[in-house]
Amino acid sequence: MSRSLMSGNEAVARGAWEAGVRVGVGYPGTPSTEVLENLVNYDDVRCEWAPNEKVAAEVAAGVSLGGARALVTMKHVGLNVAADPLFTLAYTGVGGGYVLLVADDPGMHSSQNEQDSRNYAAFAKVPMLEPSDSQEALEFTRAAFDISEKFDIPVLIRTTTRVAHSKGLVEAGERSAPAEPTPYSAQVSKWVMMPGNARARRVDLAGRHDRLQAFSNESELNRIEMRDASLGIVVSGIAYQYVREALPDASILKIGMVNPLPEDLILEFASKVERVAVIEELDPYMSLRLKALGIDIVETGLPAIGELSPDRIASAFGAQPRETRDAITDLPPRPPLLCAGCPHRGVYWALGKLKATVMGDIGCYTLGALPPLSAMDSCVCMGASIGMAHGLGLVGSSERPVVGIIGDSTFAHSGITGVLDMVYNGGSETIVILDNRTTAMTGHQGNPVSGKTIAGTDAPMVDLEALVKALGVPWVRTVDPLDMAATLAALTDATKTDGVSVVIAKSPCALLVKRDDQPFAVDEEACTKCGACIRLGCPAIMKVASGQAVIDTASCVGCGQCVQVCRFQAIVEVGPACDFGGGL
Amino acid sequence: MSDVVTVVLAGVGGQGTILAGDVIAKVAVAQGYDVKLSEVHGMAQRGGSVDTVVRFGECVHSPIVDPGVADHLIAFELTEAARQLTTLAPGGRLVVNTRSIQPLPVLIGAMSAPTGIEAALAYEGAVFLDAEALACEAGSPRSANVVLLGAASYGLPFPENVWRDVIASRVPAKTVEANLRAFDLGRTACGGGACGV
Repeated sequence: MSRSLMSGNEAVARGAWEAGVRVGVGYPGTPSTEVLENLVNYDDVRCEWAPNEKVAAEVAAGVSLGGARALVTMKHVGLNVAADPLFTLAYTGVGGGYVLLVADDPGMHSSQNEQDSRNYAAFAKVPMLEPSDSQEALEFTRAAFDISEKFDIPVLIRTTTRVAHSKGLVEAGERSAPAEPTPYSAQVSKWVMMPGNARARRVDLAGRHDRLQAFSNESELNRIEMRDASLGIVVSGIAYQYVREALPDASILKIGMVNPLPEDLILEFASKVERVAVIEELDPYMSLRLKALGIDIVETGLPAIGELSPDRIASAFGAQPRETRDAITDLPPRPPLLCAGCPHRGVYWALGKLKATVMGDIGCYTLGALPPLSAMDSCVCMGASIGMAHGLGLVGSSERPVVGIIGDSTFAHSGITGVLDMVYNGGSETIVILDNRTTAMTGHQGNPVSGKTIAGTDAPMVDLEALVKALGVPWVRTVDPLDMAATLAALTDATKTDGVSVVIAKSPCALLVKRDDQPFAVDEEACTKCGACIRLGCPAIMKVASGQAVIDTASCVGCGQCVQVCRFQAIVEVGPACDFGGGL
Repeated sequence: MSDVVTVVLAGVGGQGTILAGDVIAKVAVAQGYDVKLSEVHGMAQRGGSVDTVVRFGECVHSPIVDPGVADHLIAFELTEAARQLTTLAPGGRLVVNTRSIQPLPVLIGAMSAPTGIEAALAYEGAVFLDAEALACEAGSPRSANVVLLGAASYGLPFPENVWRDVIASRVPAKTVEANLRAFDLGRTACGGGACGV
């Protein structure tokens, strides 16, 4: 079979499909999202977006219990949410193979923190495989299903951004037809984790872990590459590729199975080389374990924060710095921003008018924290906006109205219980649900509110207003955030009402709408240079040297939000921009 | 490692750098090279800086590059050309689209637009072209990234017909001709001797 270019995510999907996976389920999160988006395109596999990672992990547990193979996908912070089922699924073990793909984001390209998920494998006592490129992403995924069934345990696959989102050549295989699951019969002592059964399974897990330890020593997932014996590097994941480039002569113990580590193989390798160094991104996960084995490892001085690179590794081993060009300095940074026409803008404008204290959440709308909107006081994790708004309200130290702001997908993920809490405990804060009909930040995935499945088919659409009322919220209003006066009025009323209030700002993501609106332009005669439109932070509006606002008609989508904030009627419609033909 | 060629495409989310990188990678694959391509999705898609790295050779390990490694820097935008300049090896080839997209701090007047970038890049040996103008000339304003591919192609060791085949396979059928014209215009713009291979 010929080789083709695949990202790590595409290769994991391919590997799962080849392994005969029946069900793929996950929650979108960069850099993991494309695994399921690719898997759904294969035949004979059912894929689902779950409302959150915990539910996804539980759906997969049911699939496994039913005797079929299941893949679960999420980003690193998603594993915090899914940790609860994972830890106990280590006890129950599996029926059909259970593989959980977790994608870490060293350097926080698109995340609120960086976590080293290898710790979860050791913590939950489950095996973890770590591929270093797309080919291994495919092969390790296939292997993970076999390991899961052979050792009766969920298997984690850890990727990082540079594996998940880099492409390399992959030689794909064929699909092994999924075995027909045997008719279901209850196995109470294995699956009902009451203390009596759990204690027995805890002991059984220890035995499985020991057998996995032996397997790790023998497995081809871990291999010694002997070159110059004066330096031996123990390395896993993307760092292996960097080491091959930075230290081409070094001997390497390439770790593919990071839990349990192949302790005998590590000791054998250490005995074959003069000096041993461990190179790993993020936590000293392997370093500490090698030290525990009594191996005297070279201190590289490489940081435990952020990403490594070939030159960083080379310089840790004494390489002279590479000759480089002088940087051009004092460049303006280019942060990501809310798109032209983004309906979130109107909500942030209104919150600014109210001088609200805003507890934020995870999504595109987090970008509203940046100037000029500067409309967010916190962003911690999925759903935190609601609990934090309630908590801040309890203290009463903010003289301004306290508002939590959360997207539709994030609300489905972790927001509902927060509102339930506020109602139950008599909160009086305001929650804004930014319902843009999609999971926008990760690339427009369907969710229970949008009414679209991962396959693009229709699903029942959650009626947010009815849901919020059913939770017991006494004050609910739905507004179109592109109607800024109505949005401001709703937020004003909401923040003045006693008890919990919820404003649903409903308008589709600007990238999903094909607008036939005319773009706008600034009437230079009428413009007073007041800057009101500039403060919306729209990428189509620029403040030029004279202080005047200028609208780029090619970028303007005609949403009309700037028109509404201009008190001088200085923003007017113009003809259509040039007719764009199709490009790449 | 010395045989590995590194191309960095620097631009702004929405400019089509990722798809352009995909074309270069596919052309290299068609020529029998080992290839790695690196891109970061996510927040960068919302108008942030986007850098795509394509590396090809006998055997490519790292998908990412350190400062001073790139043999080619194809910049889709002026400020991003300046930002990524240190990626380019001394003696590397620098192709720069003269288009300027102001980042938010400049749009809102919090920072002034940088001045003198073109001169600084010219000093670094940049070859400039106006990809948007050439794309319009080709008949498809959105084919600016293909114009830049044409400019990139002039310095890369791949036959012209392979470029054309891969591009034709990646664009909507009705725009194939315009995109191939865009490719030719970019390639020719760089072929006046200034680009040098």
